[in-house]
Amino acid sequence: MKQQAAVLGVGQTRHRSKRTDVSMAGLCREAADRAVADAGLTLADIDAVVVGKAPDLFEGVMMPELYLADALGAVGKPLLRVHTAGSVGGATGNVAASLVQAGVHRRVLALAWEKQSESNAMWALSINPPFSMPVGAGAGGYFAPHIRAYIRRSGAPSHIGALVAVKDRRNGALNPFAHLQQGDITLEKVQASPMLWDPVRYDETCPSSDGACAVVIGDAPAAAEAPGPVAWIRATSMRSEPTMFAGKDHVNPAAGRDCVAALWRQAGITDPINEIDVAEIYVPFSWYEPMWLENLGFAAPGEGWRLTEAGETAIGGRIPVNPSGGVLSSNPIGASGLLRFAESALQVMGKGGEHQVPGARVALGHAYGGGSQFFSMWVVASTPS
Amino acid sequence: MSEVAVVGFAQSPVAVRDDATTSGVEMLVPTIAEAFGACGITKSDIGFWCSGSSDYLAGRAFSFVSAVDAIGAVPPTMESHVEMDGAWALYEAWVKVLTGDADIALAYGFGKSSGAELRRVLALQLDPYLVAPLWPDSVSVAALQARLGLEAGRWTEKDMAEVAARSRAAAAGNPAAQVSGSVTAAELLDRPYVAEPLRAHDCAPVGDGAAVVIIASAARARELCERPAWITGFAHRIDSGSLGARDLLSVPSAAGASSAASADVGSVDVAELHAPFTHQEILLREAMGLGGDVAISPSGGALCGNPMFAAGLARIGLAARAVMSGRAGRALGHATSGPALQQNLVCVLSGASS
Repeated sequence: MKQQAAVLGVGQTRHRSKRTDVSMAGLCREAADRAVADAGLTLADIDAVVVGKAPDLFEGVMMPELYLADALGAVGKPLLRVHTAGSVGGATGNVAASLVQAGVHRRVLALAWEKQSESNAMWALSINPPFSMPVGAGAGGYFAPHIRAYIRRSGAPSHIGALVAVKDRRNGALNPFAHLQQGDITLEKVQASPMLWDPVRYDETCPSSDGACAVVIGDAPAAAEAPGPVAWIRATSMRSEPTMFAGKDHVNPAAGRDCVAALWRQAGITDPINEIDVAEIYVPFSWYEPMWLENLGFAAPGEGWRLTEAGETAIGGRIPVNPSGGVLSSNPIGASGLLRFAESALQVMGKGGEHQVPGARVALGHAYGGGSQFFSMWVVASTPS
Repeated sequence: MSEVAVVGFAQSPVAVRDDATTSGVEMLVPTIAEAFGACGITKSDIGFWCSGSSDYLAGRAFSFVSAVDAIGAVPPTMESHVEMDGAWALYEAWVKVLTGDADIALAYGFGKSSGAELRRVLALQLDPYLVAPLWPDSVSVAALQARLGLEAGRWTEKDMAEVAARSRAAAAGNPAAQVSGSVTAAELLDRPYVAEPLRAHDCAPVGDGAAVVIIASAARARELCERPAWITGFAHRIDSGSLGARDLLSVPSAAGASSAASADVGSVDVAELHAPFTHQEILLREAMGLGGDVAISPSGGALCGNPMFAAGLARIGLAARAVMSGRAGRALGHATSGPALQQNLVCVLSGASS
């Protein structure tokens, strides 16, 4: 029997390219302290900690949560470490939610982080695994061909990616925690930026960030004791498929479609674009906004770019996407998924500040990872189901 | 809380496997097939999958990604991964079944410990600023712990050798064991030190392997297994990451996990302990309050086969097998992680549902 669960508090760091002012422990503690304070709690009130992070090679520490146990207040408590590639932040939120939904714990801290400046993620990703296609030149080199396939398939005009970048970077300037603060960015500037992986230009790719994000998830009695509004978790979903297999659709992956179908079913949503007020979607390269709009069912296949072009994904549009600035404005890789989940919660709690979508009551948090193969999502709302 | 039981277990033989890649696929495919066969199910029956493995062991990022090939995730599956021993993957799977999102779940763990010099790789689990740069390897850290116990009069080198001799004799009946055989403590004590006061027999051998455990809700368990091993308690805890801040002769995380898993751990018939060093078995028995009438690690334990990231899950699988076969009424499976028993998990299983 599944228990109700809600986000009681949210915390994140100021994301930057190099947080040389803090250690890895200091970075994580900054987000954890803010999350428990937001929930009106202290770390002593937390029953269990779930830590998420992308590959350990990104910092050069094996299972760093072992060393972080003290900083996270986890000593003497259960601590789980999740790693599901880029989707890990979302998976961290979902695993923490399941601990409450299962009735195992009452208040769980989910924390996800990355300190990219400790190492070089692009080359940590440029690996040559046995019997698999090597990922050359980092994630951009992997995803660019799939973006080109999308453009060819959909007939999208070439400026759509740049439109996404302008919107997300301007949104990021409304979010004091965002790494990139580019309120004056223009379409012309994006289109004049250097081409990195055709068709992805410099201004259309995510930055490398140091950062952490934490959320406190609690059961219904804990939510009743929370000092402020909470975000009720209406549905959670995860799906995986292999990187490569005969018939894999890299543009519109089956794992993403299955994941969101299960999500909408659980949340009782039949008309996503009209029932979801705001979506925080994992868009590390600009073109993934229209691609995921289609994969998530906000638009028919081949039609997602029309929503972007019409400005419907901006704050005030039909389906605002990434009012926080998204992954294009901050990318502490392991934390990026939990940031999407946390920002969706902030929206339905009405705590989005300058990037608040007015009247947001139901929101989607989305993350993906690996070769478009690991998906994690949740739906949060201002009221319980 | 609703009831969940272990209904299936399989493990690969533990060995240095030149034919196995770091993605684990070669070890996992036959092991998963064996577990399916015993339960009479196929991959489409599994509602949730969860794995445990380590990128650092594999020496590359995303080592678990190609392991998904071993489960044949087409069409897509509900799946997750922990950067921990597979025992914690089983914990996540157990939680998933409790939520009602899945009726049958499969946890697997895999590790190719022989891919590099394991004791040096594990040094990178320590504080990255102040300790890891000194490269105190995992055997040396365990040796410090063993030395403290010797000086405190908690055990002798002979006590440690006796743990090894008993384990090796027990492993003679375990086809998955990497080390086994008849040897006396006196013979072992004649052998040289590896890291004083530890000799080779005090340390788990370096080996590669995989383990698979299948669990099911009460509604499905009895149709998959004649005598399911009901999970009556499942808990884990972590201690400080700072070696200097810990009393290395007490294991509060093991004591805490075992008392959270069962008020009466001392009455189990069998305890499969994940003790990679002989003195750690003694420490764990004391921390959990396991008396002389509990059969400790009848498989030979981790001292006879310790495939990293699979060995803890295998302990739970072996404890469950003792219950499923009727050899034990109640059994305990234990897993550890981190330097000098920093993190511990306990799963208590029973032939009788509560």
